[in-house]
Amino acid sequence: MITSAILILLLPLVAFIIQIFVGKRLPRKGDWVSTGAMFAALALSVGIFIDAVAQYEPNNVLATATWDWINFGPVHVTFGFLIDNLTAFMLVVVTLVSSLVHLYSIGYMHGDPRYNRYFAYLSLFSFSMLGLVLVDNLFGIYIFWELVGLSSYLLIGFWFEKDSAANASKKAFITNRVGDVGMFAGIMILFSITGTFSFNEVFAAVADGHVGGTLLTVAGILLFFGAIGKSAQFPLHVWLPDAMEGPTPVSALIHAATMVAAGVYMVGRTFVLYTPDALLFIAYIGTITAFIAATIAIVQMDIKRVLAYSTISQLGYMMVGLGTGGYTAGLFHLTTHAFFKALLFLGSGSVIHAVHTQEMDEMGGLRKKMPITFWTFLIATLSISGVFPLSGFWSKDAILASALGFGMTHPAHMPIFVVLLLSAGVTAFYMFRIVFLTFTGEPRDKKKYDHAHESPLTMTIPLVVLAVLSVGTIWWGWVEHMLVKPELASYGSHVASAVEHAAEEHGVAHSAHTIAMFSSVVVATLGILLSAVVYFWRKISADAWAEKLKPIHTFLWNKYYFDELYAATIIRVTLFKSRLFAAFDLKIIDGIVNGTGRLTAAFSRLQGSIDLRGVDGAVNFVARFVGYLGSQLRGLQTGNIQAYIMMALFAVVLLFVFQQF
Amino acid sequence: MQDIMFYMFAALTIASAGVMVFSRSVIYSAVGLLFTFFGVAGIYVLLAADFVAVAQVMIYVGGILVLLLFGVMLSQRVTGVNMRTETLQTVPAAIVAVGVLFILFRVISKTEWLVKAKTTFEPTTAKLGTLLMTDYLIPFEIVSVLLLGALIGAAFIARKG
Amino acid sequence: MSVGLNHYLFLAAVLFVLGLYAVITKKNAVTVLMGIELILNAANINFVAFSRYTDTDMDGQVFAIFVIVTAAAAAAVALAIVLNLYERLKSINLDEADSLSG
Repeated sequence: MITSAILILLLPLVAFIIQIFVGKRLPRKGDWVSTGAMFAALALSVGIFIDAVAQYEPNNVLATATWDWINFGPVHVTFGFLIDNLTAFMLVVVTLVSSLVHLYSIGYMHGDPRYNRYFAYLSLFSFSMLGLVLVDNLFGIYIFWELVGLSSYLLIGFWFEKDSAANASKKAFITNRVGDVGMFAGIMILFSITGTFSFNEVFAAVADGHVGGTLLTVAGILLFFGAIGKSAQFPLHVWLPDAMEGPTPVSALIHAATMVAAGVYMVGRTFVLYTPDALLFIAYIGTITAFIAATIAIVQMDIKRVLAYSTISQLGYMMVGLGTGGYTAGLFHLTTHAFFKALLFLGSGSVIHAVHTQEMDEMGGLRKKMPITFWTFLIATLSISGVFPLSGFWSKDAILASALGFGMTHPAHMPIFVVLLLSAGVTAFYMFRIVFLTFTGEPRDKKKYDHAHESPLTMTIPLVVLAVLSVGTIWWGWVEHMLVKPELASYGSHVASAVEHAAEEHGVAHSAHTIAMFSSVVVATLGILLSAVVYFWRKISADAWAEKLKPIHTFLWNKYYFDELYAATIIRVTLFKSRLFAAFDLKIIDGIVNGTGRLTAAFSRLQGSIDLRGVDGAVNFVARFVGYLGSQLRGLQTGNIQAYIMMALFAVVLLFVFQQF
Repeated sequence: MQDIMFYMFAALTIASAGVMVFSRSVIYSAVGLLFTFFGVAGIYVLLAADFVAVAQVMIYVGGILVLLLFGVMLSQRVTGVNMRTETLQTVPAAIVAVGVLFILFRVISKTEWLVKAKTTFEPTTAKLGTLLMTDYLIPFEIVSVLLLGALIGAAFIARKG
Repeated sequence: MSVGLNHYLFLAAVLFVLGLYAVITKKNAVTVLMGIELILNAANINFVAFSRYTDTDMDGQVFAIFVIVTAAAAAAVALAIVLNLYERLKSINLDEADSLSG
């Protein structure tokens, strides 16, 4: 089992190395290397998954493996793999979507000048994401977390010739960094107290009460900051819509199905760490995100942007699911969402590939031209809207039930459920808006419509596979059994007080289930109907209403002015501070340095002149004087002995004369 | 009688020395030196130093002077006009020389010498031989070694050149 | 007046100065050697004269003999040097042997 885990991890890495170095020289530019590696990983993952299903035990740990990694003094860091039911689920989700996207990309990216590099990046991303899923410690998760961010950056900016793509990749990277700082701080808090990164050991320490209270809440919220960044939650969601500048398959793989789900996965993995306060924080962040993103999605005209906001909204749902104690619901929605959102993106990619535009204004009536794309897209739309019996219905319903149960236990937090319900209706509305605007009605751009054609087989096969997976009846029931909410007590030696609380919630959730189911179906139907009235039968003019509600429309059109808000506050403040510091640096520090420099230079010049004129002058004078004497006296040194004798005698005579007189 | 002898020898010595010094020809100088040595030998006789006088004649005239003449012959063309010795710095040399002479005369005449004149003339050879073998044995031996060294050294230097 | 010690000393002084003058002024190395011999003879006259006119018995004469011997040795060596000099400079003029000139 561990061998296949390592193989799963290494296959994409090897593919990446091959692709980045020799990809260009391989036949077909090596797309088969990456795709083949991914399908092999998929096969291995399915093997693991079958093992997990065969054992069919809740939260079953299938295999672990640990190695010493860093070992100096008291610091002892291990590195290892942990394969349990959650991992098995995630492995299949990641490898399945990834391999389908690989397959789809062969058609979509055909003829791109950096074809092999694109596949190299895809492999790198798959490697990072699989590592993130497989590792058994916080430090490893952080490393792969950053690797995922890196590959996301590379892929968003894949067409870096476009300024918008380059800027989007930078925005994504920097925004993610903001969240990652919090996550790193959270990991370090836990490490500094428990002295280990390993999940099990950290959980055990928490269960034994080594960490607790406010500190644990803070650590949990800081960890969640990472998820806020990566899963595009409320304050840091701004990067995801811009990330749509990348190739559409990348949007499907990274920015819909897998990477953004990494935050949800991480919260799920460390679920037992979160105190009730931290969970409440998560729930509210998720609620705000779900609502804001859904409302923005109503008015956007770019098909991929709508889907991006839809993704943000759905991620908010998952967070609410986790935050209100619906562990199973959140992770289940993560799984189903991965499939139908990937399907939506790939479908939109198929449309974009056909008409060469992302604006829904220029589409319309494509149903007849692209039947496979239309039907698969419709299935995904029904699924995300929560229509029985598709997968989205089950998972969203579970989340709503969890929220309602939470609201019933704590009436003060009832608005969470209400807002979510409202958002569900909005979701149904804007999703069908896409369908109606794109596939029905009269073609708005005749030329593009005539050009359109169904996509090649490599692109439609993934659509069909994903459509099958989006039919969710096959999912529900046994997933609930396999991904049971983990109890802290199972890690520690004594029972934590949170257990009763959780059990109570669980009981309430059951009774809330029926209410949630009916209300969600009603709301979804209302949303679909309204959408049909406006965009299919055209009884109500969307433009007229937009005119009537101009302030709201403008507000939504501008995405709540988040970008402008950040530009006006954080970015401006940062720039102002930077300029201030720059000025401080330039004027004061440089001034001091330069002043010191100038003073020293002046002093040196003075010293130099003293040296030159005074000391050197004296030395030179002595030397010149001696030299002068020498040049005068050298005449005496004739080398003629007789002259010397005479001089000596002359001196004798002089001596005698002086002595005598 | 002895006084006349002294003045004669003194005159011979100084005159021939003068010839030696002031002559422009090396040969003339050598001849002048020959007579100077003879004059000095005569003075030794007057001073009752018979052995020294004989040694003076034999060594100086028979040895050193011949040696000097050989030097002249070996280094100059005998037949050429180059057999001349030129002088330099004559005026300052004369001044210095006169000065030194004046100093010597002054010292000699001013000094009160403890004179204890001997009047007898006795053979000195036996006494000198005794002295050389007794009181002056070490200087005697050193001088013989010096002569040997000079002999070998001179031969070596001359041959090498 | 009778000939006494001073007469000999005066004679020696004159001889000495003549030798000195030759040493200083003569260009020819052999002539300079001759001047040196004159000086040595002057000194010898003094030695022998003091030996005769003072209470020192024969010591002066012994010294004179040593001086004569030394002079012979000096003459031999000096002549060798002169020959060597001639080989090098093709001349025995001392004013040309001035490679130590400053």
